[in-house]
Amino acid sequence: MEREFIITIFSENKVGILSQVTTVFTHRNVNIESIAASPSAIEGIHKYTIAVKNDPERVANLVKQIEKKVDVLKVFCYSPSEVVMQQLALYKVKRSRNVEELVRRHNVRILEIHDEYIVLEKTGHKAELDELYQILAPYGIYQFVSSGQVAIIKSRRELLDEYLKYVNEKRDRILSETK
Amino acid sequence: MNSGFSDITAAQPAKELPRITGSEAVIRSFIAEGVETIFGYPGGAIIPVYNALYDYRDRLNHILVRHEQCAIHAAQGYARVTGKTGVCIVTSGPGATNTVTGLADALLDSTPIVLISGQVASSQLGTDAFQEINFIEITQSVTKWNCQVKRAEDIPAAIARAFYIASSGRPGPVVVDITKDAQNGLTNFDYNPIKFIRSYQPYADICSDQILEAVRLINLSRKPMALVGQGVILANAEQELKEFLEKSGIPAASTLLGLSALPSDHPQYVGMLGMHGNYGPNIKNRDCDLLIAIGMRFDDRVTGDPSKFGINAKIIHLEIDPAEINKIVYADVPVLGNIKESLPMITERISQNDHSEWIDEFRVCANIEREDIIDPAIERRGAHLRMGEVVDAVSKEFDDAILVTDVGQQQMFASKYFKFKRSRSIITSGGLGTMGFGLPAAIGAKIGAPERDVCLFVGDGGLQMTSQELGTIYQSQVGVKIILMNNGYLGMVRQWQELFYDKRYSFTELVNPDFELLAKANRIAYRCVERHEDLDDAIREMHSTEGAFLLECRVEKEENVFPMVPAGAPVHDIRLE
Repeated sequence: MEREFIITIFSENKVGILSQVTTVFTHRNVNIESIAASPSAIEGIHKYTIAVKNDPERVANLVKQIEKKVDVLKVFCYSPSEVVMQQLALYKVKRSRNVEELVRRHNVRILEIHDEYIVLEKTGHKAELDELYQILAPYGIYQFVSSGQVAIIKSRRELLDEYLKYVNEKRDRILSETK
Repeated sequence: MNSGFSDITAAQPAKELPRITGSEAVIRSFIAEGVETIFGYPGGAIIPVYNALYDYRDRLNHILVRHEQCAIHAAQGYARVTGKTGVCIVTSGPGATNTVTGLADALLDSTPIVLISGQVASSQLGTDAFQEINFIEITQSVTKWNCQVKRAEDIPAAIARAFYIASSGRPGPVVVDITKDAQNGLTNFDYNPIKFIRSYQPYADICSDQILEAVRLINLSRKPMALVGQGVILANAEQELKEFLEKSGIPAASTLLGLSALPSDHPQYVGMLGMHGNYGPNIKNRDCDLLIAIGMRFDDRVTGDPSKFGINAKIIHLEIDPAEINKIVYADVPVLGNIKESLPMITERISQNDHSEWIDEFRVCANIEREDIIDPAIERRGAHLRMGEVVDAVSKEFDDAILVTDVGQQQMFASKYFKFKRSRSIITSGGLGTMGFGLPAAIGAKIGAPERDVCLFVGDGGLQMTSQELGTIYQSQVGVKIILMNNGYLGMVRQWQELFYDKRYSFTELVNPDFELLAKANRIAYRCVERHEDLDDAIREMHSTEGAFLLECRVEKEENVFPMVPAGAPVHDIRLE
C-alpha cells in the first residue's frame, strides 16, 4: 500500500552528498516527489527534505540505505501528520479582471503586475497549490513552478541533537581509550 | 578536506614535520597503514605516485597486472586470505573505469579495498581533458565511500579515512581520486590513523533485550538451524561460532562465502545453502522452527522465493549492517552489532543442548545426495572426465589448500566438493558473479599466503575473460595451480538453456584457442588430461612442479550441476535431477 512519507536527511556539508543520496533512490527504484536542500539549525550540518509516495517497508529499507552513506549523519522518516509541511508555488497567469478577484478570495500574494500577465505566489500544502492551479488554468497559465516540500517535526524532542550527543559521547570514549 | 569533518585521530606530539610531495605522502601513508603489497598499473595521471614508489621498492611489493580490473580482483584475493585491506593504484580515465567491475564485486562481497586513482590536474577538472572522467560520480554506487583530493596537504587525512572506512564495520571498497597537481604539490607529512567519524558508526551498540529474546527462542527451539555467512570470517569470529554451535548442539549450514568458517568435517556442519547448495540444508528449510542467520544477507541465490524461506521458522538475524535487517527476509529478532561480541553473549546464556536426532535427519538427506549425486559425480566412469571427480581428486591431493574459483559450473562443483580445514580458504565471486574473477583473485591469494597452495578452478569461458594475467603470473612468479575445466561451453548458461529453454544453445558454445600454446606463450607449465586413469598422475605432477601450472581437464561437454533450486522457487523444491 503506497503512503506519503517525509524523509529528512542530515549530512555533513560536503560536495556530492546530494548525488550520493539520489543514487540510493535510483538503485532502489523509488521516485522522489519533491526535494529541498538547506543548511540546518546546526552549523556545518545540511538538511535535505524529500517527499516520497511508496509502501512503508520499501521506504524503511530506503532510509537505512541512505543512512549507510558514510557522510550522512542521520535520517528520519515521518508520516505527514507528524510534521508541519509547507510548499511554495509561483504562477505566471494571463492578466484579467477574473484573476484579480480570485487572488483576493484565495489568499494569494501578488509579486509582479504587468500589462499582459500577473505573477502570483502561494504557500501551503501541495493539495492547496494544486487546487489553485486547477482554478487558474482556464484563465491561461504561462508558467508554473513549485519548491520542494519543507517540513519541521511537531515532536518536542530534538532527535538530531540527541543523536549528536550520543556520537559525541562515543567520540569521547574512543578518545580516552587512545590516550 | 579535513576541516569539514570531526574525525578523531590518535594524538601525536608536536614535532618538526618533513616536507614531501603529495605522491610520497601517498606511499608513506601506505607504509604507516602497514601495507606490504600493492596491485596496480601506471599511466599518465598517476606517474608522480609511481615515481615516488620507485624509491620505496624495497618496502612495498608492487604487482604489475595486465588490466586494471584484475588489480582489484587480485587485491580482493589478497584481502580475503590475509584479512588485511587490499590496495590498488591506477591512472585516470580508462585506468579508473576499468576498475568498476572489481569495485562492484568487492562492494557486494564486502571486501576491504583502497583504490588510489590518478586524476587530471585540478585546473583541468571539468574540461574533458585527456583521460579525464568523473570517477567520483561513476563510483558512487560501487563504493562504500569515495573522495577527490585536490591538495597535497589533504592526502594523508584522506588516505587515513579510506583505510578506516574500508576495513571497519561491514568492509568494502573505497576510492581516493587524487589530482595530478596534488600528487606533485608539497606538504608536511604527518600521518594519524583515524578512529572515529561522527557520521559513520560502523558498530552498533548491542541491544541486551534482543540477546535475551534470541536466547529464549534458541532454548525453546526443537529444530533450529544456523546459517553461517562470510560475516563470521570478516569478524574473525570462527572460534565464537564453534563455541556457540558446540554448546547449542545446533546444525550449521554455510553460504557460499561463509565456507571454511567451519571445517568441512565438523560434526554439526550440514552443507552449503543455496540454488546449487546441498540437499539437506535446502529441503530441511521447511521443517526448521528457528533459523539463526549469522553474518549473512539472505541473497536470492540462498533464499529462492523469500516469502517461502523458513516458512515455519522464526528468524534471528545477527548482522553488522543495519540496512540488511528486514531487507529480504523479516527478522523476528534482529541482533545488530559485531558478531564477535554478540555471539558470545548468546552462547553464555543459552542452555547446553543436544540436537543429534535433528542432525540425523540432515545425515539422511546427505546420504541420499551422496548416493544419487555425489558418488556418481566423483566416480571414475563414463567416456569423459567430469568436474566433480576432478575437484575431488585435487582436494585429496592438495591437503589444506586455498580454493579459488571463477563463476559458473566449476564454481559450484568446487565449492561443494572441496574440503576445508581452516578459515579464509575460499575465494569466489558470490554477489556479483564476475566471470574472469578467478585468475587474478588466485594471484592475489597466492601473494597473500605464499606458504599455502592455491588451487584455482576456472572454466574455458572465464579463463579467457582475464587470461592476459598469465603474463602477470610469469613476471611476478606467482605459483598458482590452475585447473581449467574445459567443456567447450559456457556451461552454466548452457545448463539453463537445456533445462528451461528447450536446449536452444544460443551462443554458449566456445571455439577455444590451444590452451597449451597459451600456457607456453606465457612460460607456464602445462599438462592436458582427458582420461580418468591419467587424472591422479597429472594432479601429482602439478603438485610437485615448482611454480605456476595450468592443468587442462577436457571434461564432459554437457554435464549439469545438481542439486538445483529453480530460480524463484522455494528452496525446499530443490531438484536432484
